Amino acid sequence: MTKAITVSGLHKSFGRTHALDGLDLDVETGEVHGFLGPNGAGKSTTIRVLLGLLRADSGGARVLGRDPWTDAVEVHRRIAYVPGDVTLWRNLSGGEVIDLYGRLRGGLDTGRRAELIERFELDPTKKGRTYSKGNRQKVALVAAFASDVDLLILDEPTSGLDPLMEEVFQRCVEEERDRGRTILLSSHILSEVEELCDRVSIIRKGRTVESGSLADLRHLTRTSVTAELAGPPNGLSHLPGVHDLAVQSVERGQGSRVRLQVDTDELDAVLRSLSESGVRSLTSTPPTLEELFLRHYQADASEDMSEVAR
Amino acid sequence: MTATAFAVRRGGTRQLAGTATLLRFALRRDRVMIPVWVAVNALMILSMPNTLENLYDTPADRANLVQDTAANASFRALIGPVFDDSIGALTAWRVGVYAGAVAAVLSMLLVVRHTRDEEESGRQELVASGMVGRRASLTAALLTAAVANAVLALLVAAGLTAHGAPGALALGLGLAGVGMVFATLAAIVAQFTESARLARGLTAGLVGAAFVLRAAGDSASDDGSSALTWVSPLGWLENLRAFAGERWWVLSLFVAAALVQGVVAYELAGRRDVGMSFLPARPGPALGRLGSAGALAWRLQRGSVLGWSIGFFLAGVVYGGLTDGVADLVGDNANAREIFERMGGRSGITDAFLASMVGMLGLIAALYVVGSVLRLHGEETSMRAEPVLANAVGRLRWAAGHLVIAFAGSALIMLLAGLGFAVGYGKEVGPILGACLVQLPAVWVVGGLAVLLYGVLPRAAMGAWGVAGAVLLIGWVGPALDAPQVVLDLSPFGHLPKLPGGGMEWGSVVVLTGLAVLLVAGGLVGLRRRDVTT
Repeated sequence: MTKAITVSGLHKSFGRTHALDGLDLDVETGEVHGFLGPNGAGKSTTIRVLLGLLRADSGGARVLGRDPWTDAVEVHRRIAYVPGDVTLWRNLSGGEVIDLYGRLRGGLDTGRRAELIERFELDPTKKGRTYSKGNRQKVALVAAFASDVDLLILDEPTSGLDPLMEEVFQRCVEEERDRGRTILLSSHILSEVEELCDRVSIIRKGRTVESGSLADLRHLTRTSVTAELAGPPNGLSHLPGVHDLAVQSVERGQGSRVRLQVDTDELDAVLRSLSESGVRSLTSTPPTLEELFLRHYQADASEDMSEVAR
Repeated sequence: MTATAFAVRRGGTRQLAGTATLLRFALRRDRVMIPVWVAVNALMILSMPNTLENLYDTPADRANLVQDTAANASFRALIGPVFDDSIGALTAWRVGVYAGAVAAVLSMLLVVRHTRDEEESGRQELVASGMVGRRASLTAALLTAAVANAVLALLVAAGLTAHGAPGALALGLGLAGVGMVFATLAAIVAQFTESARLARGLTAGLVGAAFVLRAAGDSASDDGSSALTWVSPLGWLENLRAFAGERWWVLSLFVAAALVQGVVAYELAGRRDVGMSFLPARPGPALGRLGSAGALAWRLQRGSVLGWSIGFFLAGVVYGGLTDGVADLVGDNANAREIFERMGGRSGITDAFLASMVGMLGLIAALYVVGSVLRLHGEETSMRAEPVLANAVGRLRWAAGHLVIAFAGSALIMLLAGLGFAVGYGKEVGPILGACLVQLPAVWVVGGLAVLLYGVLPRAAMGAWGVAGAVLLIGWVGPALDAPQVVLDLSPFGHLPKLPGGGMEWGSVVVLTGLAVLLVAGGLVGLRRRDVTT
């Protein structure tokens, strides 16, 4: 597969702030790619570089095979962008803005436009200043989904949408993928990412810390295991990848109850060890996406704390 | 303030909770705006005695001026009637109405800024969710305007005391009174519109109407006694007769008007929802016709272009209509004649007057071009440019849409001013049109500087207003103060041929135009290479 977006070793500073510090990102054509990271990690800065609005200090970025800085107009003809905070002109109606954006891109599918306005329950005759936050987002979303483009860049596009509209949004993204379009989705809504994304990249402090399919990433985190055993556990604490082991005697010391966390790729050895002691019951909880992200996000927070402490 | 007392009676002090905090906050936000406006206004007034003493240095000169003004309806319309020949009275006459208009505009801007602007932006919601009474915001806005007007009154009263303490106090209080009448008027208008821009436009129109009513009244009578003059708060300011047997009771008109309007504004504000207005926005079309960045720029700027076009045409008509009368008047005074000739050239007082008026419009057109160019900056900093530029629109094409309106628009308004002169004066149509158009290279140099600042140093883009202000100051005050040539040469307008009357100098016109082109090109190169503000 060809790459819709390739970014390697991207650096960007604003004065003393290093917003991007060697960021890498690969988005395959036709996939929905989740772009995750805590606030201030550099997601929006990356997207603005991809849109040719910011010029990278160093590193390479290609969007649809072109340089987004020098070939901005050609690249933009095939892109639709939805910012996280849509601002509209106070005296233009939503419908006018949708049509303007469509014409400024590759064109607008009028049938799709009408259908999307209906599905998103948007009143296109209202003026910019009278829309609520969610409705301003809908204006930009309708314009993006109705545009005839190859790549959608969505920067926290559903902020302010209600759960019903969130559902409509997810269906729209799936339809776009089925048409072969590529989507870069920056989001904090993990259920949305889990539902939609083929692959994700997690960034922190301007660097990519994880990238791959969700299944791949799950391997990088821990599974919780609770088991009731016929006898005492046997050598569990010496196994690699076992954390937070808690053993409790039951039935006057005959059996035991074990709780532990294990790195998912070491799960097999743990299960062998448990079955040697005779498993009476077993619950194993796979890592949730939340845990996956919290691990990275919290690492970020604790590092920040230690920096403050210094 | 009784309006405040009224609000208290209706809702108890809870309605005003947080007013002191909001007032401190407003004064903190306006810590540059208020001092600059008040200082410029005060300087304009306090420098006038000196100018007048230079111009009309003998009592006979001054008596002559008073006599001529009383007899000349067009001059009375422009400035107002004069009541005495003392320096104080002449100062109040020469600048009173204009300083009053400046105080009115500042008061209006302050009130709209702290009421409707806050509601429209949604910031008011957050403020109102705190321990803030329902009427605290409006009260704080009016008090902010009151502070600005009180400072102006103090400066004027103190600064002119040497020419007569009662007169100085009367003029200061009168100016503050005009300010507060328009502050409370703006508070009413702000209840009716959802957009702050519209509220400002409507109130500015009311200031203009007050000026026109007074002008019409004063052209009809030479002692300010016309009913039309008495309808206008700016007319009250004249009729206060500072330095000419003050009529203190006129001050009660300001107090009464401000109180009545204040009560109306409070009543209206208490009857509506935060963020809503009595004139709700009408729905727009469901389908749009806008199809390019240029069309969008025109849609955003067309209202402003229309307003400036009408204003410049009317200004041309009015100044054209005054031309013959003013030439008669100034013809008698050698000093005034000399100033007009310094501003407008040396070939007959009529041509000199025309040239100086056309030059003044050229200076004002520089404000238009700066405002229009800086729409780019406004679009960018409000984050509306970002999604447009994320489409298949190059930065240069996006900028070009606004710049065409800025530069061609300045040509349009100068052309319309020339047509206005043709209607109002009816003679020398060709030369006057030429004189209007010959201002353009200098206007464009100022516009080019704005483009350069915006493109290369976007953080300093607002400095373009400073450039326009400096050019305006040099052009207006420079000749009257007999400023050295080095200073006059700083302004591009100083290098223009003095038309009509003077000889055409193609050299400087070509050089200025070339300079403007270079400045714009430099700005565009900068814009192409820099980051979009995020």
